[in-house]
Amino acid sequence: MGAHHGPAKGLTRWLFTTNHKDIGTMYLWFSFAMFLLGGSFAMIIRAELFQPGLQIVQPEFFNQMTTMHGLVMVFGAIMPAFVGLANWMIPMMIGAPDMALPRMNNWSFWILPPTFLLLASTLLMEGGGPNFGWTFYAPLSTTYAPPSVTFFIFAVHAMGISSIMGSINIIATVVNMRAPGMTYMKMPMFVWTWLITAFLLVAVMPVLAGAVTMMLMDIHFGTSFFSAAGGGDPVLFQHVFWFFGHPEVYIIILPAFGVVSEVIPTFSRKPLFGYDSMVYATSSIAFLSFIVWAHHMYTVGMPIAGELFFMYATMLIAVPTAAKVFNWITTMFKGSITLETPMLFAIAKVFLFTVGGFSGLMLAIAPADFQYHDSYFVVAHFHYTMVAGAIFALSSAVYYWIPKWTGKMYNETMGKAHFWISFIGFNLTFFPQHFVGLAGMPRRIPDYNLMFADFNMMSSIGAFIYGTSQLLFLFNIVRTITHGKPVSDPKVWEGGTTLEWTVPTPAPYHTFTTPPELK
Amino acid sequence: MYLQAKRLFKLALSPVLMLLSLFSTGAWAEQAERWQTNMTPGITEVGHQIYDLHMWVFYICVVTGIVVFGVMFYSVFAYRKERHQEPATFHENTRVEIAWTIVPFLVLLFMAVPATKTLIQIYDTDDADLDILITGYQWKWKYEYINPNGDNISFFSNLLTDGAEIANTEDKGSNYLLEVDEPVVIPVNKKVRFLVTANDVLHAWWVPALAVKRDAIPGFINEAWTKATETGVFRGQCAELCGRNHGFMPIVVNVVEEPQYEAWLGEKQAAAAEIKELMAKDFSLEELVERGKSVYTSSCAACHGANGEGGVGKAIAGSPIATGAMKEHTARVVDGVPGTAMPAFGSQLNEVDLAAVITYQRNAFGNNMGDMLQPVDIYKFKKGQ
Repeated sequence: MGAHHGPAKGLTRWLFTTNHKDIGTMYLWFSFAMFLLGGSFAMIIRAELFQPGLQIVQPEFFNQMTTMHGLVMVFGAIMPAFVGLANWMIPMMIGAPDMALPRMNNWSFWILPPTFLLLASTLLMEGGGPNFGWTFYAPLSTTYAPPSVTFFIFAVHAMGISSIMGSINIIATVVNMRAPGMTYMKMPMFVWTWLITAFLLVAVMPVLAGAVTMMLMDIHFGTSFFSAAGGGDPVLFQHVFWFFGHPEVYIIILPAFGVVSEVIPTFSRKPLFGYDSMVYATSSIAFLSFIVWAHHMYTVGMPIAGELFFMYATMLIAVPTAAKVFNWITTMFKGSITLETPMLFAIAKVFLFTVGGFSGLMLAIAPADFQYHDSYFVVAHFHYTMVAGAIFALSSAVYYWIPKWTGKMYNETMGKAHFWISFIGFNLTFFPQHFVGLAGMPRRIPDYNLMFADFNMMSSIGAFIYGTSQLLFLFNIVRTITHGKPVSDPKVWEGGTTLEWTVPTPAPYHTFTTPPELK
Repeated sequence: MYLQAKRLFKLALSPVLMLLSLFSTGAWAEQAERWQTNMTPGITEVGHQIYDLHMWVFYICVVTGIVVFGVMFYSVFAYRKERHQEPATFHENTRVEIAWTIVPFLVLLFMAVPATKTLIQIYDTDDADLDILITGYQWKWKYEYINPNGDNISFFSNLLTDGAEIANTEDKGSNYLLEVDEPVVIPVNKKVRFLVTANDVLHAWWVPALAVKRDAIPGFINEAWTKATETGVFRGQCAELCGRNHGFMPIVVNVVEEPQYEAWLGEKQAAAAEIKELMAKDFSLEELVERGKSVYTSSCAACHGANGEGGVGKAIAGSPIATGAMKEHTARVVDGVPGTAMPAFGSQLNEVDLAAVITYQRNAFGNNMGDMLQPVDIYKFKKGQ
């Protein structure tokens, strides 16, 4: 086993690898592939919605596109991308030689490609792929579902197993493998946010597995968990789903918070403001995520006491979230700021995520939600948090760390072009969706009245711009790897302070085989 | 071409409009209109309260945004490296951090109080003047007016928009996808309670102008209410994904003066009485086929094709069911096919229409069976089960 000193040759390097950097790389490439796949589904959706009337696809296929877009983006693109970052960066940030459970690490990645191949293949099956929305509410996803739903259930189970294993690995690594002297309150923010995220994942992925198992029983074994006709309750599904689903959206956003908490201090050349309060705020958000799930269900007919509880709890989330935003801004205040591409994406993330936070606060107001619920206002809201909040942070992270990964510097001009085109395209896509939502356009419809036509056309144009800009991103990454200007300074960025900036650039195959000395 | 050019022009202007919309407050027309950027206050007191609440929270967000983003962009511009070489080193300030935890909390209280008040009102479904049971079906709404002193009247409300408009072969009307064959009619200034449920999957009944949105859940009945203060026609849509034609099951509410409402109700009751009479009538084949044709168009054509050629549903033309035993055919239509998209029409159509549509299917699209069913046969079929 020559792998002790360097990577094996050929395909087996990737199949059998237990190296956190290799696995991180595979996660990142896989998630980028899924990002393009999920993005192409979005392009089909926006092309159909470009004008009123049915032009390109039929409603049945449109529903499959909205469903698969959501599933692929959430489970295939964003989550694995952050796991990829965790794999690459957590050991290097805490001074560990690798992840605690390297073989499990290999397995948790290699579950994903066949799983998503299976999920994507449902589109070619008789009756089509899942068409019930990524939230797969019963009974549309049980009694009324296409036969491919069973494959969908299997895929959800598999990705759940992968996530749980990945999280256990991260928890084990952070808890056991920190370099001597690195106390919890000295860990980089990215590590903290991932530790909390990993606990959330371990807590809620089994709940999702429970939900899909109940679906499986209802579909194939004659139970009636979600069918009132047999004594069950369709609303039960929603409670179980959102008990998973709300923590899930924080699973997506917390590591993104972690990324900007690294990037902003580096490019402000000033330590992160309010580190302790950042840790407490992140923990509070994680705790609150467990007691707000029914704000996704304000119109479901809950008793008023439940409605009020969930409204108050949801509004409370604004407090720790606001604290985080204030901390980031105060970090920049009186700093010495340069605006390289990672910083541009990080600032835009803070800005646009906060806009999504505002619409989130509006959505939290239960009476007003009777007008917002299931309208395009909601679509606008969660794309401000998911795309600007998570994907912008991911772009930021890739530009930030790619010199460390590859030893090559990306093209700054192209990076900035990617940023500005994304920024404009994103806002052109999603800002008008607030308007059509408020004006009464429901989400998940393939066709609409003429009064929504103009904003929808803008939205589609924006989406095509945003989509195209991601190809520029891909091109820039590939070009960096093949033709990038070599960098060898371990620090890469003048303001970098965390441990990964102490190892050589590019990071060697094995780092911190002996733990670093912490001052 | 002119319209296209006009739209492109407006598109170019849209950023300006977006900015303007941030500062405009009210005076929205009650009906949604082109370039509408804000929620309608609607025609109910609750709707106005919701609108005010929405604007109140929105303004708080705008003010917060101006301050927060102001500091942020100021920092980005003022503390650029070329202007500010030496970064400060401070990294905490307990007082400031406590302050910016408490202040947002206090601001939230100012939102929570009015929100709670409005919510309590939304939940007060007592003392209604009129109850309407709304049932969501894939993909239409059924309205049943509860009459404590006699028979309920009920009817289905289907999308009226022509398939040719959807397929872009005809120009789209201004109520494209928001028009139905039978609107629900309610009296103005009366408290109307909606009892909302569903027959198959989840749906949600949403009319923005009434500020009502309630999930329709099979096996459960949800309550909502409204009290319209103005007459007019108000439109909405199903808000919960319910399958293929989720985007094609609109809602139209006709708010009318009370005498008009009474007159409409009278007509409906008379029509129901007529159906009752027709139940006993012996129809001729021609009569059944003629009636059946219109029933087919509104209830069957969406899945089975306008000419029985099939689509989502199987073809009717030459089908072994429609050209086979009458009893099998009747069972198929009345009971539906569980586990498929074919619903049980026994609960959706009256006996007369069922007899007519079955007869029509057996004698149209080249199916020349020549036999027919009378309403009483349907009645007997249902009883016999």
